[in-house]
Amino acid sequence: MAITLTKIAAERVKAFLDNRGKGIGLRLGVKTHGCSGMAYVMEFVDEIEEHDKIFESHGVKIIIDPKSLVYLDGTEMDFQKEGLSEGFKFSNPNESGSCGCGESFTV
Amino acid sequence: MALLQISEPGMSTAPHEHRLAAGIDLGTTNSLVASVRSGNATTLADDQGHHLLPSVVRYLKDGSVQVGQSAQTALTKDLQNGIASIKRLLGRSITDVKTLDGVLPYEFVNTNSSVPLIHTIAGDKSPIEISAEILKTLKTRAEKTLGGELKGVVITVPAYFDDAQRQATKDAARLADLNVYRLLNEPTAAAIAYGLDQNQTVDEKIIAVYDLGGGTFDISILRLNRGVFEVLATGGDSALGGDDFDHAIAQWILQQLKQATPDDNRQQKIKKLRQIMREARRVKEALTEAEEVTVSTQGFEGILTRTQFVALVEPLIKKTLFSCRRALRDAELEKNEVMDVVMVGGSTRMPIIRERVGEFFEQPPLVDIDPDKVVAIGAAIQADLLAGNKPDSDMLLLDVIPLSLGLETYGGLVEKIIARNTTIPVAKAQEFTTFKDNQNAMTIHVLQGERETVEENRSLAKFTLRGIPAMVAGAARIKVTFQVDADGLLNVSAEEQLTGAKSTIEVKPSYGLSDTAIESMITDSMTHAKEDMQARKLREQQVEADRTLEALDAAMATDGDTLLSKDERKILLEARSALVIAKQSATTETIDAAIKNMEKTAAFYVARRMDGNIRTAMAGKNINKFKD
Repeated sequence: MAITLTKIAAERVKAFLDNRGKGIGLRLGVKTHGCSGMAYVMEFVDEIEEHDKIFESHGVKIIIDPKSLVYLDGTEMDFQKEGLSEGFKFSNPNESGSCGCGESFTV
Repeated sequence: MALLQISEPGMSTAPHEHRLAAGIDLGTTNSLVASVRSGNATTLADDQGHHLLPSVVRYLKDGSVQVGQSAQTALTKDLQNGIASIKRLLGRSITDVKTLDGVLPYEFVNTNSSVPLIHTIAGDKSPIEISAEILKTLKTRAEKTLGGELKGVVITVPAYFDDAQRQATKDAARLADLNVYRLLNEPTAAAIAYGLDQNQTVDEKIIAVYDLGGGTFDISILRLNRGVFEVLATGGDSALGGDDFDHAIAQWILQQLKQATPDDNRQQKIKKLRQIMREARRVKEALTEAEEVTVSTQGFEGILTRTQFVALVEPLIKKTLFSCRRALRDAELEKNEVMDVVMVGGSTRMPIIRERVGEFFEQPPLVDIDPDKVVAIGAAIQADLLAGNKPDSDMLLLDVIPLSLGLETYGGLVEKIIARNTTIPVAKAQEFTTFKDNQNAMTIHVLQGERETVEENRSLAKFTLRGIPAMVAGAARIKVTFQVDADGLLNVSAEEQLTGAKSTIEVKPSYGLSDTAIESMITDSMTHAKEDMQARKLREQQVEADRTLEALDAAMATDGDTLLSKDERKILLEARSALVIAKQSATTETIDAAIKNMEKTAAFYVARRMDGNIRTAMAGKNINKFKD
């Protein structure tokens, strides 16, 4: 089981954490919400919860709860620019369909 | 597929419910928009990578609008329809505009409206509409960049902006279809960008914000007290900025040129001058990095060293420091009480400015954040907080109202409803009553200031509540509510509690108070404290006398004929005239004595009436009915 970041995504996360001045790493997760079933969650982490799994990718700690891991296993997260907009993007092999905006998905 | 951003722990939102927020620095020369993404506040660039949007709007014949660089470029050839520096006119009345320094190149429309209208090829435009165009452009840029609709924005305004100017800024935002969380003072935004409000080690600190822009200079002295920013003093010069530094260099170039060239005609002169100004600006900017720069224009070749440059602009720097000194004096502070100095505005990049400001405040100023962007960044941080993207534990910063707000009560006295230095937003209500029997209307006179009498305070607004049902004096209950929103705008409402009759006014005074005026109003209230107290006492006695007279007259009108003998009437009327005369006197003691005398004289009459009332009330009723 693994979750990875691309190098550029890892650099951005590191920069954001430095800028924030605190935080252990990045929490990824899913919650059942959104127009297409599931939605991705991406948060800074100040505290690690009891059952959390921790991965490390390019020096960035990725924290994930076991329930979410089922849906996210094998995911690679990238940082991209699209026109004026920039942000993170998930490539999730478990994803079978997503809504037009891509903010939520189904497995 | 949408690109995602990292949220604070526990703050991630459902899809399509991202609370996108932005901070907008609506500047005189340039405007910017910034936003917090993945915990990082940055200004947003347009598709060509430019962050600064020149605050220039140009109207075209077909009704379309250009904003920014393209409008600025066209400015020289289309002066009538290209509008720059509209911020100087925002929220100003026609009379204000006429007194503004210099002649504005616009054609103002003669109207009865109090708002100046500029005639353009696409119709007559108000400063609010023109500002809205700039805001619309920034809104579009932000929504493209953030990938969604903006939930709300924080817009910055100069600390000295009065209520009318603030309201006009909000109106412009409404026109641009923006939801304004709040307006934020520019110096406060700069202080937030540096996180000065996050330092919890001291309870209170003084911050100086030195803002030297393209065409304006502002110095603000702020006090930060447990997360609350208060503007203690502002100063500056609305006609001093980086352009004047360019001008100083241009003058020098002209002097060097003088001997060499013959007089040109007017057209050539203007063209030449413009080129010299452009070269002067280049030289100034180059001198930020280099110790000396080669000047080359109009056939003149020479070298300008940094030392020479400093000599040229010395008077300008001195002028800004003089304003700093005066602002400190207004705030009644010493230089060494200032704990942080924040630099804002592109012109503070000049090393000499940093050096001299540092020397003046005896500490190195804060310069790490791009001085062009620092205000927008602070606004973005605040907008992110207000949008609810941060956990509750993060402090929310507040402002305070500078002067007490109150209303006129009988006798020309002021009842303060909201005290000075109360943090906003705030709402306070107080109940008032009628003074006369069957009084069916009440005038609410809203006042601002610290003094005790109406004349000594500033009148903000007046409105009348009608439809009060007929009742004896003092029986009606009228609830007056003062509400000040986050931008310091006041809303006053009066409601009669029995019938629900209601009347409301929003206060947008056409003239605001300068900080010096506020300062002097506060000091006046202190120096005149004693005589104000005397005045209040006297007025209160006079009101008391009126009330006594009123009561006597009312009583005598109802049952004077039946209850009083001719002699008794005479005695009462004598005491009454004595009280009327005493009321005119300027001493509280005389009035007090006359009131007491009146009450004593009338005691028998009061007793007789009371008996009469009870008798009437009990007439024809069984004694058992009164047992419980």
